Formats: sequence, C-alpha cells, structure tokens
Amino acid sequence: MAAAPDPEDGSFWMPPQISTIASNVDWLFNFILAISVFFFVLIVVVMVVFVLKYRRRAGESAEASPNHNLPLELTWTGIPVAIVIVIFFFGFKGYLDMATPPANAYEIMVEGQKWNWSFTYPNGYVDANLHVPVDRPIQLVMSSADVIHSLYVPVFRIKQDVVPGRYSKVWFEATEPGEYDLFCAEYCGTGHSDMLAHVVVHPPGEFEAWLEQASNFLETMSPVDAGRKLFQVRGCMQCHSLDGTAKTGPTLLNIFGHPVTLSDGTTVIADENYIRESILEPAAQVVAGFEPVMPTFQGRLKDAEILAIIEYLKAPEGATQEDNS
Amino acid sequence: MAEAIEKSVGAGPGGSDPDTDNYLTHGKGVLSWLFTLDHKRIGVMYLVAILGSFFLGGVFALALRTELWTPGQTIMTADTYNKMFTLHGAVMIFLFIIPGIPATLGNFVLPLMLGAKDVALPRLNLASFWLWLTGATVAVASIIIGAVDTGWTFYTPYSTTTTTAVTAMTLGAFILGFSSIFTGLNFIVTIHKMRPEGMTWFRMPLFLWGIYSTAIIQVLATPVLGITLLLLVAERTLGVGIFDPSLGGDPVLYQHFFWFYSHPAVYIMILPAMAIMSELISTFSGKHIFGYRFIAWSSIAIALLSFLVWGHHMFTSGQSSLTNMIFSALTFSVAIPSAVKVFNWLATMYKGSIRLAAPMLYALSFLFLFAIGGLTGLFLGSLSTDIHLHDTYFVVAHFHYVMFGGTVIAFLGGIHYWWPKMFGRMYSERWAQVSALLVFVGFNLTFFTQFVMGSHGMPRRYYNYLEKFTVYHQASTVGSYILAVGFLIMAGYLLHSLVAGEKAPANPWGAATLEWETTSPPPYYNFAHEMRAGDPYDLDAMRWDPATGGYVRKDPSSVLASSGEAG
Repeated sequence: MAAAPDPEDGSFWMPPQISTIASNVDWLFNFILAISVFFFVLIVVVMVVFVLKYRRRAGESAEASPNHNLPLELTWTGIPVAIVIVIFFFGFKGYLDMATPPANAYEIMVEGQKWNWSFTYPNGYVDANLHVPVDRPIQLVMSSADVIHSLYVPVFRIKQDVVPGRYSKVWFEATEPGEYDLFCAEYCGTGHSDMLAHVVVHPPGEFEAWLEQASNFLETMSPVDAGRKLFQVRGCMQCHSLDGTAKTGPTLLNIFGHPVTLSDGTTVIADENYIRESILEPAAQVVAGFEPVMPTFQGRLKDAEILAIIEYLKAPEGATQEDNS
Repeated sequence: MAEAIEKSVGAGPGGSDPDTDNYLTHGKGVLSWLFTLDHKRIGVMYLVAILGSFFLGGVFALALRTELWTPGQTIMTADTYNKMFTLHGAVMIFLFIIPGIPATLGNFVLPLMLGAKDVALPRLNLASFWLWLTGATVAVASIIIGAVDTGWTFYTPYSTTTTTAVTAMTLGAFILGFSSIFTGLNFIVTIHKMRPEGMTWFRMPLFLWGIYSTAIIQVLATPVLGITLLLLVAERTLGVGIFDPSLGGDPVLYQHFFWFYSHPAVYIMILPAMAIMSELISTFSGKHIFGYRFIAWSSIAIALLSFLVWGHHMFTSGQSSLTNMIFSALTFSVAIPSAVKVFNWLATMYKGSIRLAAPMLYALSFLFLFAIGGLTGLFLGSLSTDIHLHDTYFVVAHFHYVMFGGTVIAFLGGIHYWWPKMFGRMYSERWAQVSALLVFVGFNLTFFTQFVMGSHGMPRRYYNYLEKFTVYHQASTVGSYILAVGFLIMAGYLLHSLVAGEKAPANPWGAATLEWETTSPPPYYNFAHEMRAGDPYDLDAMRWDPATGGYVRKDPSSVLASSGEAG
C-alpha cells in the first residue's frame, strides 16, 4: 500500500485530482451537491416546521385549506425540470471530454484476467502495473481473457469495463507524478477485491528510461530473478502460492523434482517439461483436487520467459524468503 | 355457503362481535389457510413468508457487515463472502422487496378499499402465493446445493462459467417472476372491474393508483426477465451461445436484457411505497391529500418512464456515447414525478393537524431518507460524475437509501397503519417510537458512511479493502447492528400485540377510505353491505367516537350503496 494517496489530500467527498478531467468532474459533483443540500434542507426544514406548527391539539381539527393549486404544482414541476436539464447538460459535456482521446495519445494495451492486470507497452514489454509519463495523454486499449472486469482509477475519475470478445478504450492525462491505486470495479469472482494494480506516474523524462530498463530484464537479471519478476507480474501468484497454502491453483512450494498427483489418479514428476506443458496447455495435466480453470499462456510468454520461470521454481528457498519479505 | 353469507351480513360495523366472527376465525386448521381463496388470508400468509425472507436477507447482511469489520478475512473466506452478498441481494430483491408491499398489504387492503369481497380472480391469487413458495424453495435450495457467487445481477459470462448453483437460483427467480405477474394481472383486473359505486378513476384512493401503476410494470416487464433467465440457463446447460463470447455471444446483451426488467423493477419496489405514503400523510395530517391528480398521474408517469432508462446502469459498459447521452437524459425525466410527489406530501401537511403516531413517524422518516436517496440519484444520472461513482459504495448507498429508506420504511409505516385492521389489535406506541428511532439512526449510520467511502473510490462487492477505508466500514457495521436491534424490538412488540394488545376499533386513525368501514379484523366477507365510495380523503366526514375509542363516519349511510344489501 506504499503510495496510496492520503485521503486528507482530497476533499471530504473526493480523492485527490490527478488527471486533467478530474477537476471538471468534481466541479459538477459539487454543483449537484449544492443543489441536493439545498433541496434536502428545504424538505426537512419545511417538514419539521409543519410538524411543530401544525401538531394536533386536543379538540382541534385541520384548518381548511385548498386541496390543490395548479400554478403552485406546475411551479414545483417546472423548477426541477429546469434544474435537471442543466445537470444533464454539464454531465454530458464533461463526459464527451472524457470519451474523446486526443489524437496524439500514447497507447498501452491492457488485458484483464482473473485476477490480475497486464499492461503491454508499445515495445512489447508486459508489466503488472501501469507506468505512464506525467502530462501526456494516454489511451488504454483493453480486453479481457475471461469475464468482465472494469478498470478504475479514482484519482483520475476514470472507469471503463473490460469485456471479453471486444476492445474498450479509455484515456487520461496524469497531472502529478506519484503512485496511485487502480481497482477492478466489475465483480469477477474470488480474487476480485485483490485485482489491484498501481498507476506509477513518472516525472518528466523518466518514463522512457524506466521502460528501457524494465524491458531488458531478461538480459540484465539472472534467470531466477527474472522468473520471480514474471511470476509476480504475469499473474501466477494470484492463484499459486509459494508458502504451501492452496489457492485457486496448487501451491508451487518445492514443487520442482517432486511427484504430483493428477486428477486422473496418475503421478508425474514435476520436471522442466511438466512445468512448460502446464503453462502452455494447463488443461492437459490437472492436479488432483483443483478445477481446470487456468488460462493458457500460449503466445503470451516467450521461451526465454518460460525458462526463467522454471529456473525460479527450481530455487524455491531463496524465492520464498524474498516473497515473504 | 348460503348460511355463511347470511352470517356475514350480520357482521360488520355495529354487527356481531369481530372477536368471534372474523376472517381469522373463519375456518380452522392449516389447510383452511393454505388453500384459502380469501385475499386477507393470502395477504397474511404472504406477510409471514415475506417477513421471513426479510429476516433471512437481514441475517446475510449482518454477516457481510461483520466480515467487513477488517480488511482481509474477519469471519469468512472470500468465496463465502461472495456467496453471502449474492444471497443477500437475491433474497432481498426477488423474495422480499419485489413481492413485498403488493403481495402483503396490497392483497389485504386493495379489495377492502374497493368495498369488494375479494380480488377479481381469487384462484389466481392463491396460485401466485404457491408460485412464490415454489420459487422461494427452489431459490433457497440453491444455497444447499452450493449457493451462487455471481451477485444478484447474474452478469455474463461470469454467471455462465462459474461452477456454483446459478441454474437453481435463476430458475427460482424465473418462477417468482410468474408469481409477480399473477399478482399484477389480478390487481389490474380487480381495479378495472370491481370499483364500487361512486369510485371513478380519480376518486380512487392513491394507494390503488400506486398499486395499479406497479401492476402495469409487473405484467409488462417481468416476462423479459423470465426470457433472459431462461436464455442464461439455456446457455449454461445446453451451451447455446447467446451471452458468452467464447460461444459467439455478447455479454453486454445480457446487461441490456437484465436491466430492461430490473430497472422497471425498482419502480415495482418504490411505487407501492409511495402509494402507502399518500395514505399515511393525508390521514395523520388530518387533511385532504394535496394535488391528488398530480400524485396519481406521477405514478403512471413513473411506470411508463421506468421502461426507458435501463441503459443508465451501463454507462461504463462500452455502449456508445450517443446511447449514454440518450439514457442520461431519459433518466433525469423520471426524477420529476418523484419530486412532485414529495412536494405534494409536504403541502398536505401544511395547516394540517399532525399526529405523530407510529405510521407517521415512518412517513416522516421516508421523506428524510427518500430525499437523500432521490437527490443522490442526480449524481448517478449525470454522465461525467457517474463514471467515477459507478460500481462503488456510492451506488450501494444510493440504492439502499431508496429501497430501504424508501420502500422498507414505507412498508413498515404501512404495516403499522393497517396492523390494527389486519389483526384487530393495537401495538405499544411507546415501543414503536423507540424502534422507529433506532431504525432511523442505525440506517443513516450504516449507509451514509457508504456514500463517503464510495465517492472516495471504494468499489462494491469487495471482500478485501485498502486500509484507508476501515473507519467507514466499521461505522457502517456498527450502524447495521443498531438497525438489527431496532428490528428485534419491532418484532417483539408486534408479536406481543397479537396476544396482549389492546383491541383495535374499526377505524383507529380517522381515515376515510373504505377498509376502515368494516370491523377490525374484518369478517370473512368483508362488508355487510354493498359499499359506495365518496372522496377517499374527505376526513371531515369522520368524527371521534369516545365510546369505541375510534373514529366513525358522521353519516354512515353515505358509504352504503343505493342498491341495498349484499347477498
């Protein structure tokens, strides 16, 4: 939860404004809030005054007063009509700005799957967090590998469903460097509330350097370290623990070289080939006691990356210690 | 049969003692209830069943709030939590609040308000109750065979791919839908065909306008839910590709179908509550309702406009900007009739003679809470603000302010209002005040905090949450416990009143609608005479009668039909 923005930085109602559209959204929010408070107070005050003033007294009945008054009723029909037209207009105007990305937006591909996010940068590098440069319009082109998810960044005031079988888009321009929360807002099952990521907004000039550094991890890191990074970034750890507890998938603690019982009752030794097959064809050999729900990583992990993951699983002790820290 | 009719003629105001001859004592044994065609008994059975569902849904809610005391695991796993919020939603929506007011108070009061013996189609009425029981049994059975973890909305493709008992739960909802259609159809026919002499459309009690508008939605919208759920089951069991993209379907199509029913359905929930409000406000202000025609037409307007706004549930679904614009504009239109009603109710209180009896406490509570619920709808109807608030706790809070703060509170007001008529007993006014206060305070603590955490970005249906939201969640949980205490007290004094309550007069509140013209509880045949209706809000026609401790009509013959006695 390192850099979750402190609520104190926002208002009583709203989190901080970190995108170009946020102030517009908040302006309308406050405008509607003012109207709502006005009418709420009006209704409650009138109600309380009437209750106090016209409280039944013994032996008295209600004073005669008219049962209807057309001009009055038309007035309190007409005023709300006028108000909602104004609210609608500003809401729609603000929405058009949110829905129309600038032509020069930097594109990042997003994939949601149960229960992690993958952000693919233009050079093909994939990360579990969304890294963006400050002060530059970013467009996200999003799809889902399984069920509907929704990408939500409160400080940007953006939200867009991520639907399997189609691409959806959303854009924003961050205004302050920092690290912010990104949520999945459409219910997607067991790990829905843990389907989080960070949006890392880099200061001017630092994003390109970060991307280059991050993209070369297979060359710059040892295979074990690279495997650990992939394990965390590509969603493995959402379902496979390294501490012995079973999650949606079996734990991978000390799995390498050890026998595994499959759902058909046979036993195999978890060697390089077994792990490779489990990544590329997860349904081929399902571990006893688990559902065949893992998506395939065919075409989504390169050979060198699969090798790094295997190397990582071979060295569980060191890996486990670091993951627990 | 002839004997029974003869006997009933002797009952009624000034007739035989309602203690010995009333619908509750007419016929003994379980079967005389289960197979009764009497709308009053069906209403009472519905009341028991529906309050049982409310209790069940409430227990789920308390379990959820307890789990949310801390981030991560407090008392249950993520999977249990997901099933629990699905059950809370499904039970509260399909078993409790949709049938709620029409099936219980509607069934009991509607024929009495018409001065009629029963609804137009008593067998259809009983069939509706049995369908409810069947649907509820199937839905609850899904809990035993593994429960459902989709949320009450059953969004595809999650619902078509999860291994939980979606098929049973949706079939349950499908059957419950037919129960709702039967009730609606019955009420439409009854109101069209059985109004008494003198009751023109615009001399109907507003309760009937509300129930009538509700019935229109029940009959027109519910079949769409039925078809949608059947398609969902077909996709799950037969692999027909309709919604699941991996079978060539479109998951967003499901949302259109679902909300085409489920948005009108929220008006199935709120319209009867508004209907009760009009009765309560007029009676306890001791005054004619203000702006009768505007209130009546606003019910019809809500019923019709409710069909045109479903897309506002889908502003972030990826539908086009044009579609979003149209649905946003239409959504605001449905706000107007609700606002008109609130202003008319307030105007009714002007220069009134206001009594703060328990039903009125709920009516005032409704005005307070529904104002918040309605006004927060403006934030969600407006496009740019909805994008931020969609699928957060802000929506959860808005929904509960309207449905709980609105519908449930009015339902409670209605129960307290007609309780003496239904069971012939008065409850403890003092305990009713305590309970109403606890419910009001507990409710606001539970749900107002949810507006704040929602606008700060707390997504809904979250088992785990960020540390910074803990304080809001804990306040909300404390509120839910206060709410529970309020309801326990209510259950206590209402049940106590059945055995030890003071005997209720025929008309304890001085209302002028026809149901108060018969004894409390009413005889099996409702009225000794054929009735004639006057102005339902002419409260000056009533006077306090110290002898009975209730109100009587100054001119009793004014509500007797010119054609003479029934028979």
